[in-house]
Parts: sequence; C-alpha cells; structure tokens
Amino acid sequence: MIDYLREIISGTWSLFVGLGITIRYFFQPVVTVQYPHETLPMTPRFRGHIELVKDEETGEPKCIVCGMCQKACPSNCITVNGEKREGVKGKVLTEYTLDFTKCSLCGLCVESCTPKAITFSKDYNLAGVRKEAYIFDLKKRLEAKN
Amino acid sequence: MYVDPEIIRLLAFLIGVIAFAALNAAYLVWLERKEAAHIQRRIGPKEVGPFGLFQPLVDGIKLMTKQLIVPAGVDPVLFKIAPILVMVPAIMSFVTIPFSDTLVARNLDIGLLAIFAFASVNVLGLLLGAWGSRNKYAVISAARVVSQNVAYEIPMLVTVVTLVMISGTMNLSKIVGLQMGGFWHWNIFNFSASPLMPVAFLIFFVCMLAETNRAPFDMAEAESELVAGAFTEYSGMGFGVFFMGEYANIVIGASVATILFLGGWDCPFGLFPGVHWFLIKMYFLIFTVIWIRWTYPRTTFYGLLNLSWKILIPISFVNLILTSAMLKVF
Amino acid sequence: MSAFAESEAKETFVLNLGPQHPATHGVLRVKLTMDGEYIVEAEPVLGYIHRMHEKMGENRTWAQFLPNTGRMDYLHALAFNHGYVSVVERAAGIEVPERAEYLRVITSELNRVSSHLLWFGAFILDLGGFSPLLYAFDDREHILDLLESVTGSRLTYCYFRFGGVYNDIDGDFVVGARAFIKRLRGRMPMYHNLVTKNIILMKRLREVGPISAEMCRKYGATGPVCRGSGINFDVRKHEPYSIYPEMDFEVPVYEQCDSMARYMVRMDEIEQSLRIVEQALDKLPEGPVMADKVPKIIKPPKGDYYHAVETARGSFGVRVVSDGSNTPYRLKLRSPTYSNLSLYGEACQGMLLPDALALMGSLDLVIPEIDR
Repeated sequence: MIDYLREIISGTWSLFVGLGITIRYFFQPVVTVQYPHETLPMTPRFRGHIELVKDEETGEPKCIVCGMCQKACPSNCITVNGEKREGVKGKVLTEYTLDFTKCSLCGLCVESCTPKAITFSKDYNLAGVRKEAYIFDLKKRLEAKN
Repeated sequence: MYVDPEIIRLLAFLIGVIAFAALNAAYLVWLERKEAAHIQRRIGPKEVGPFGLFQPLVDGIKLMTKQLIVPAGVDPVLFKIAPILVMVPAIMSFVTIPFSDTLVARNLDIGLLAIFAFASVNVLGLLLGAWGSRNKYAVISAARVVSQNVAYEIPMLVTVVTLVMISGTMNLSKIVGLQMGGFWHWNIFNFSASPLMPVAFLIFFVCMLAETNRAPFDMAEAESELVAGAFTEYSGMGFGVFFMGEYANIVIGASVATILFLGGWDCPFGLFPGVHWFLIKMYFLIFTVIWIRWTYPRTTFYGLLNLSWKILIPISFVNLILTSAMLKVF
Repeated sequence: MSAFAESEAKETFVLNLGPQHPATHGVLRVKLTMDGEYIVEAEPVLGYIHRMHEKMGENRTWAQFLPNTGRMDYLHALAFNHGYVSVVERAAGIEVPERAEYLRVITSELNRVSSHLLWFGAFILDLGGFSPLLYAFDDREHILDLLESVTGSRLTYCYFRFGGVYNDIDGDFVVGARAFIKRLRGRMPMYHNLVTKNIILMKRLREVGPISAEMCRKYGATGPVCRGSGINFDVRKHEPYSIYPEMDFEVPVYEQCDSMARYMVRMDEIEQSLRIVEQALDKLPEGPVMADKVPKIIKPPKGDYYHAVETARGSFGVRVVSDGSNTPYRLKLRSPTYSNLSLYGEACQGMLLPDALALMGSLDLVIPEIDR
C-alpha cells in the first residue's frame, strides 16, 4: 500500500518536473536560424562541388591535364580533355566537365591533384528543375568568373 | 409579424456558438504550433501575416480546396457521416455552457448531464469513421477508442457525481453561482467538502485529456504506431472537420473544468467577475493541455487502463465516500 | 511467448508495417501477423534500398571505396571509415602516425555522441514525445558544426585516409570540443529529468521487450543491444584497436534485458564517449597527421584480412581478400544492425503493437546499413 502511494506521488512529481523543464524552454530565446532570411557562414573547409583554379600569372586554368582526378573519382563524373599546342609546354585544357548528378562530394579528386588546380566551391544553394543544369562545364564557369 | 424574441436570441446564440467553435478550432491550431515551437526553441509559423496569424486561414483554404477522396471499399455513409458526428455534439455542448451569468444560450437544469451525453457521441463518431474506412490501422484505432472510453468515463463521472453532491444541482450556472467570491470558494479548494478536492481536479483533468484524445492519451491517433489511426483514410475537409471537432472538444473540456472546479467567471480576488475571467481560466487550461502534449511521451492503452482502474477509480471513489461522509457530518 | 499467442489464433490478419511507416525510420518493411493488437509473427523484409556496396568494392580501387563506407551508416560514418581504413592499413602494412590515431578517435567518438543523440530523439519520437528530439538536435548541431569545421562535411565525412587523416585540426576545434563537452554534461541532467525519470516512459520501457543474452548470442547481436542484456562485449575493450587501450573508460552494461536497459546503455555511453574525447584532447601529441610512405596506388599483398571496430550500433567488421591487384578480390562487410534486426522477429512474438515498436526503436536501426 505504501509502495502504491509512493509510486503515485513520485510518478506525479516526475510529470511536474517534466512540465517545469519545457516551460523554462518556452520562455528562452529561440535557437534556430531563419533560413533563407538569415544564413550561416560556411566553414572554409566546406566541400562543395569542384571548381577550377586560375593561374594568377597567365589567367589560364592551372590544370595540366594529367587526368589524375579523372582516375581518382569513384563515380566517374569528371571528364578532362586537352591538346598539344605550338609554343606551350605540356597540354592545354580544352574540356573539364563535372557531372554533378553523379558526384558524391568525396573530395578525392582535389586530393589527387598535384598542381592544386581544382578546389571546392562554397555553393550550397543548388536546386534546379533540369538534369542538364548539373553537368557543369568548369572551364566555362572559370571564364565567366573572370 | 410577431417573432418570439427568444427564438431570435437562440438563433443569435447558435450562430455565435458555431462561430466561436470554428474560430477556436482555427486559432488553437495556431496556438498549438506556436507553443510547440517555442517549447522546442523554434519560432513556428511566421510567414503568413504578422506572427503567422493568417496561417489558420490559409490552412483552411488549403483543406477546403483539396479533393475529398472516398477510397474504394469504404462504407460510403459511415465514412461521410463520421466527421459530422464528431463536430456536431461538440457544438451542441456549447449551448449549455454559461460563459458568464448572462451569456448562456440555454440554461438547462440538466446542463451537466447534457454535456456528458453529447461528449460520448464523439467516441461513436471516431469509431464509425475508423471502422468505415476499411483500413487496418483505422480498425485497430477504433478498438482503442472504445477501450479508452471505458477507462476514462468511470473516474470522470464519479468525480462529477462528487461535485453534484456538493452543489446539489446539475445546472451549470448554479454550480458557478455557489463558488462566487474569491478563489477560496472555488471547488478545487473546497476543503470543507473534501480534503481531496485538488486531487479530484487532477483526476478530472486527466480524464478530460483522455476524453479529447490528447497526448499522452492519443492512442487512437498514435502517428508513430498507427500512421494516423482513425483519420488514415481521410483527406481534405473530412480530415479538417475531425480536427475542428477535436479542438472544439478541448474547448468544451476546458470550459467544463473551469465551471466545475475553477469558479467559472468568478474573479480570484472577488473583484469584477465576468466573461473575461472565464476565458482567461479556460485558455490557461487549454495552454496546459498543449503544454502537456509537447512534454510527455504517449502511454499505451493498457497503461491507461492500469492508470484508470488501479489509481483513478479507487481515488475518485475514496473522494466520493469522503465527501458524502463530510456532507453528512457537517 | 505469451499465453495469448500460444492459444490457437483463429482470426489473424496481416499488417504491413512499412516500407513507409513513421516508426521504421526508413524503408524497412515488417510483415506482422496480428491477432487483434497482439503480434503472432513478425517478419522483417529487407532490400528496399540495397545498393550492392560489397560488389561495388570489388569494382573500385581500394581508395575509391572509401566514400562508400560513410554512406552505409550515415549516423556514425566515421566509425565505418575507421573500420575500412584500418583493414586496408593492416593489409598494406601502413603505419599510422600517433596524432592521426588520436584525431580519428576524437572525431569518431564525437560522431558516436551525435549518433546516440539522434537515436535518443528518434526513440522518444517513436514513443510519442516530440520535444526531446528537438533538444537533442540542438546539441547534435554543435557536434556537426565541429566536425564540419574539420572534415568539410556534415554527414558523410570521408575524413580518414590510408595512413592518417585528411586534415589537421586547429585550435578552434580543441576549444570548441571542450566547450561542447561542458555543454552536453550540463544538459544530461535535463534529459534525465525530462525523459528518463518520466513515469510514462518508465512504464513503457521497464520490463518490456526482453532480449535475453542467449538470444543475442544466437543472432550475433552486438553493441548496446547485447550490453543491455548483460553481455560485456565492446570491441574497443576486447579487441582493442587504435589508441583505445590508452584511454580510461568504462563499458556500461545493464542486466535487465529490457528496452530500458538498452536506453540506459546508450545514455551512459554518451558520457563515456565524452570522457574519451576529453582524455584524447589532453594527451593529443604533436606530429604529422599523414604517414610519409603511403603509395599512391595501394596494392596490398595477397591475403585475407579482417578488422572490427565498435560503432554506435555494435561491432562493424570488414573482411577483405586481396589478390595483389589494385582492387579488392572480395569485400565482406559485417554490419551490426543487420544482426540486431534479425532477432526482432523472435523478440516481439506475443507482444502488443506499441511495445513492439518501442522495442524496434530501442534496437536503433539504420536502414542503409542493413541494406548495404
């Protein structure tokens, strides 16, 4: 009988304790960020999709068309093509396509790149209605940025 | 042409009651969302109008414009009649509720009995809707609704009988009239009738939560177990009417608790009694109902049966016997 | 089995719980044969999101499979990374610098805390309580911010590499991690007052959903499920790897075998993980985070290798068979939840539906890891 009453009282007390906790939070300020009205800064290491890096001296992409990123990519979403040109050492980049529909944002391509010619972009608002919009021509994107 | 002013008065009250029920249903959803959000440290609806105040309007338009899908194989009559069976008794109950000493549609001498009679129809509505929708989850929910009904009605009515004994009437206005003149006259603190009155209030409040299918007793809806329980097959306004009926029932429950225990429109300090005190007390109780929902996990129906038969019913009977003994002695 | 289920069930019906149901947290389908609300028979149906990770591993180079590991158990991705890089390091004989091992343990223990916090919220949500989920997410968000600042990602980190880790941590991370430990320790009493001591929760979890130690052994259940049944087994203690032997921590074990025991094991594990992180931050040595002599293309010598790690849900083992080429010959993944789920059919016989769902929640299922 005493156990029965004790359980009722302790149980009821536990319920009131719970109510006390939630009402305290009710009067505390909200902690959420009102996206899209407010946004948080992305960390410098954020891994977005990749972007070509420009050579500051020549204004051309740093890429030497070695194809390491293409080989490292687990999803085969990178296509790199280059050609030999008169008077230029090494190959010149003609095509760099990223099929973002397949990309899993693992970052292995950036790591495999010896001349540090690709980097992560900080774009995260990536929404669209057409699949084709996600086959990025990174060379054009770099030229458009200039 | 002579029209009895009583009829006009009743019509005006009817329209007022329906408007009050509908407005409450709409804005209690808003209150629920806001309160839940702030308990969880979010903001809640804020885009439609200032503080999201037009959200219920937009929600209503959305529900009304949606197609009312009647799935193949349902019982067409029961499926359509069920939401109405939940909504109409709730509105009818409003007729007998005195908001102040003058603001009452029909001051019945058996007002209390009428409210409990109407409240039981709510269960029938849920049962028919769930059974008629030919969905396994809904059928399980229907069985739960009925077992839940058995569990909470007994302690609730025993508590109400205690109060009727104290007041000697079932007329809601008279019950409030006996509690006028400050909070020490309210039934909840009526220690001269029985020292267990605050406990009786708790029992009544718990049963009211179960009656209105609110958390932690929302086993009939139990979205993590039964998807949406009785409402699984309902869409559009069919679901909307169920929803409105549910909130109207909460308002009824809070009003009855206010009238029976918290002195209705009486001011706690004996000053300026009036309808505003009634509304303050009623909305405080509704706030508590919502607050409870966002604090506790759900019980199970055998948990409710255990609670009812092992705790609520014995205590409410002890209270009944104690009250009758004390009425006899004093 | 209850007396009810033993009696001849005359009118049973089949209830399809899932593949899309709020309680299954993903595309798991459980075919329940019900007698009223009692479960006569339960049969989990898997394979709705099977992605053939094992076969994918055979078609990719050793390094290319690495991102896949984080996509199996997305809640404790770093432990899965850890299991895979460890087995390849063992196969290829790569030495890992000490600092890298410390970083691995710090990040993966933080990840374990975030996984348990999410489980806590989702479990209470299964039981019908809403607010604890949001409180747990509030804390979890801090961990995700910390891990994002190091790994650059919030869920599928892919942070470990053969021979070390991808990035070094900075001072901000150490300060942030210490602040987080302090914060979460301050919040744990709140969780216990709001949830653990709540009478409704106790009534729903105590002596409900028994899983005996014998059943755990029969089905190979590991992790908090077996520790809630009184079996003291934790890969971190019993097959020590990385720097866990140097850490001072306890393995919480509860004997009650019910849902409450599994709940308490996880809640205690949060505190133990915080202890490990704290110690590792104190002892963190200086040095490189990547081994010097890691070949660009890894070709482990012929052989058969196995390595197990303790994830938030139990023991995750990777077995690789190498034929000396640049792709694995065979890759076998032993994921914990698969074994933990397989006992569900036996465990929930004769139970009521709400209790069976509480039991399912206490198993902490992550469906992509079952259907890997």
